[in-house]
Amino acid sequence: MTYLRHIEHENIVHRCFRCGYCKFPEDYNDFNCPSYKAFGWDTYAPGGRMWLTRAWLLGEIETSPRFAEIMFSCVACDNCKTQCVFPKFKDFLPDIFQETRAELVSEGKIPPGVRDYLKAITVSGNPYKLPQSERGRWAEGTGLKSYTNQEYLFYAGCVGSYDEVGRKMAKSVGRMLVKAGVSVGILGNEETCDGNDIRSLGEMGLFAQLARDNIEKFKAKGVQKIITLDPHALNTFKKDYPALGGIFRVLHYTEVLADRIKNKKIKLKSWPVKITYHDPCYLGRHQQIYKAPREIIKAIPKADLVEMRRHGPDAFCCGGGSGNFFTDMLGSGEESAARVRVREALDTGAGIIAVACPYCAKMLTDAVKMENLEDKLEVLGIGEILEKALKRKELK
Amino acid sequence: MIDILTSLIDIVGEKGVSNAPEELWFYSRDPGVLAPHQPDYVVAPKSTEQVQKIVQLACREKIPVVPMGNGMSLAGLVIPLKGGIVLDMKRMNKILEVNAVARYAVVEGGTSQGVLKAYLQKNHPTLRHSLPDAPPTTTIAANVSLHGQGRLTHQYGFNSDMVTGLEVVLPTGEICRVGSPSIGPYWFSKGPTLPDLSGLFLGWLGCTGIITKVGIKLYPNKKFRDVELFVTDRAELVPNILYKLTHLEMLEDINVWFQPKPLVFAGNFHVSIFFTGDTEEEIEFKRKMIWDSLQEFMDSKDGGFVSLFQYMKDMLLEMPGRNIADFADVPKGGGFEYSGPIALIEHYPRYAAKVVELAEKYNLLYASAARLISGGHAMMFSISFAFNRNDPDMMKRVEKALDEAMIFALDMGGIPWKPNFKEQKLTMQRMEPNALRLLQMIKKNLDPQGIMNPGNWEVNA
Repeated sequence: MTYLRHIEHENIVHRCFRCGYCKFPEDYNDFNCPSYKAFGWDTYAPGGRMWLTRAWLLGEIETSPRFAEIMFSCVACDNCKTQCVFPKFKDFLPDIFQETRAELVSEGKIPPGVRDYLKAITVSGNPYKLPQSERGRWAEGTGLKSYTNQEYLFYAGCVGSYDEVGRKMAKSVGRMLVKAGVSVGILGNEETCDGNDIRSLGEMGLFAQLARDNIEKFKAKGVQKIITLDPHALNTFKKDYPALGGIFRVLHYTEVLADRIKNKKIKLKSWPVKITYHDPCYLGRHQQIYKAPREIIKAIPKADLVEMRRHGPDAFCCGGGSGNFFTDMLGSGEESAARVRVREALDTGAGIIAVACPYCAKMLTDAVKMENLEDKLEVLGIGEILEKALKRKELK
Repeated sequence: MIDILTSLIDIVGEKGVSNAPEELWFYSRDPGVLAPHQPDYVVAPKSTEQVQKIVQLACREKIPVVPMGNGMSLAGLVIPLKGGIVLDMKRMNKILEVNAVARYAVVEGGTSQGVLKAYLQKNHPTLRHSLPDAPPTTTIAANVSLHGQGRLTHQYGFNSDMVTGLEVVLPTGEICRVGSPSIGPYWFSKGPTLPDLSGLFLGWLGCTGIITKVGIKLYPNKKFRDVELFVTDRAELVPNILYKLTHLEMLEDINVWFQPKPLVFAGNFHVSIFFTGDTEEEIEFKRKMIWDSLQEFMDSKDGGFVSLFQYMKDMLLEMPGRNIADFADVPKGGGFEYSGPIALIEHYPRYAAKVVELAEKYNLLYASAARLISGGHAMMFSISFAFNRNDPDMMKRVEKALDEAMIFALDMGGIPWKPNFKEQKLTMQRMEPNALRLLQMIKKNLDPQGIMNPGNWEVNA
């Protein structure tokens, strides 16, 4: 078979059997692919994408707005990679979708929402089109200082810096790091986008530019260790930056705080509360960090951690990955990922959904409102939960 | 002339209809080797009433309708051979009722095997259904409509034998209930003691109506499951081995498989013997009975039990078996297809020889797994060939090998399972004329416009 178009992993696309294991979590209790769940066509499932990609490479279907929607509605949650039953190529499924998106970006045939998102970052350095001079404002009152030569750089990311929900999360984490005595500084207005979702959307040139700028900046400032608020940033710093020369020790804030709690640097007051924890895809499936956030919640005396049916490697995505947080390709219908997820959280009987990612925090907060569950469910970052548990309590 | 697209949108809304090139391309094919054929529309209903309106429209306008579950028959049964509407049923996926005491479940026509398994596991852990070895996305309605089998087929027959009632949209648009739900609220019997009308739909591959609800029997889910693996290198002994095992009347499932790759399996016939129990004593007792029943083959050094590593045991016990799909990737090409005639167990050696003969003749990689049906009255003997989807010549060879396999099976007095349109024709050519006329009469009366999955079970095609 001769392909008319080419992607790096084109020698794999024909190997998908379209058996559909990739749509499910391990116990098959519901569909676990956010775009399939939202759109309901097999074409929007990983198997559909594989088969359509092959058809497109062969020239059997043409580039179209529909084809672009199918490709860009993938939220890069990695459920397909986790569940695919073909060990010899399962790891490459997300790469194939990313490479196809990259080709569409090269052709300039991308959905308007994606175009606007990429343009905003190109022009403003962030998807909110807000001035760089406002980027560091979130840190006011947290006690965080500019990065000089502290042990860690705390990287807030675009959502943590500009979004209302994200800022709340960044502030609480910032305060907790300071309270826990972590030697940490921030870049403030000098911070720029990490590029994780830009890479995932296939804008490789813009990603490389952002990544190189960040690497240069980090190196110039002598940064060796980074704590991220955002699992998306964590992912690209750990996975993609080393190939570009950016080798840093990168941790998620939950890992640092869990360690401080374990070493009794933070003492928590008892709080009889039922909490369920939502695994962010870039923390869980992408980076295999499942324990740290749970250890923090479990460390709160009398707090009850109840798991949603889909959790850990089986967790259902909030729908915000791969730029969908901004491009909103999945929409806000009843079967949109975030709304499905908060209904699942409600089933646990918990009053709080704990989150460890600012994207998830915003997506789930909005979904709670859409589902009219504000009187039953509150979405809180792990930092915010810790602060609540620390009330009237001093650090050791 | 009415605008069909607008009419369909009126019924299911914009998100329930597509005639975009992407969906038309995808829904024109299945993962097997048969050539695709494009539908005109793909429609995804959410209720029986929507299905009814779609069928009424199709009947009025003489548009073909092809109901589809996950499209994994590998026999092209959902390829819209004459275009028209492919009806993706998977949005009708609710579990409507579980009667735990009477041991049945009622599900919508697009409910997947996986979802029912997970639901029972969570809410009724002492109950199970006969899960096929197909992927969990496959649907219960599609499975019974092609007389599928599952892990309880050895004990209780084809999965279609386990149906306890149907709701069907007839090709003329009427909604019809079959079995006990036709006269009362309970879904405990598909036919008996009434005339069993379910036979008008089960095995018809969607040619006589669209199943929108299915009642399905549930069975005790025992606390323990275990497996023993017996091997012999003498195919001619397999029927007797199976006879001894079925005589025990205590086994969950029996499969016989052989394959040349990986090499560790080459040259042997493997009998997977599954058994269940509520106590360890029960399991050990059954294990002893199994071993005792095959002692003579061990004494004569014609076979023996394999000491199973845990990973192998886990793989065999997994339901559905994820490793089964692996066969598709052996030639690094994403596909396999099989013919699965229902045959007499005594014919096992000849079928086994035929698989190897066909694989050599067409230069293909084979695998075969036979499942015993109803305590040993018959077996489903799969003749499977893997292929590389990027190698059209290999795909053609697989198609030819399978065509030949079906002729062989019919010559042996077997009957085809989920036959593709070519195999249906071969079967009808051999059918006793009055049986064929009866088949034709039923089809014509139920589907006067010939709109239901046309090209399949078409007597005059």
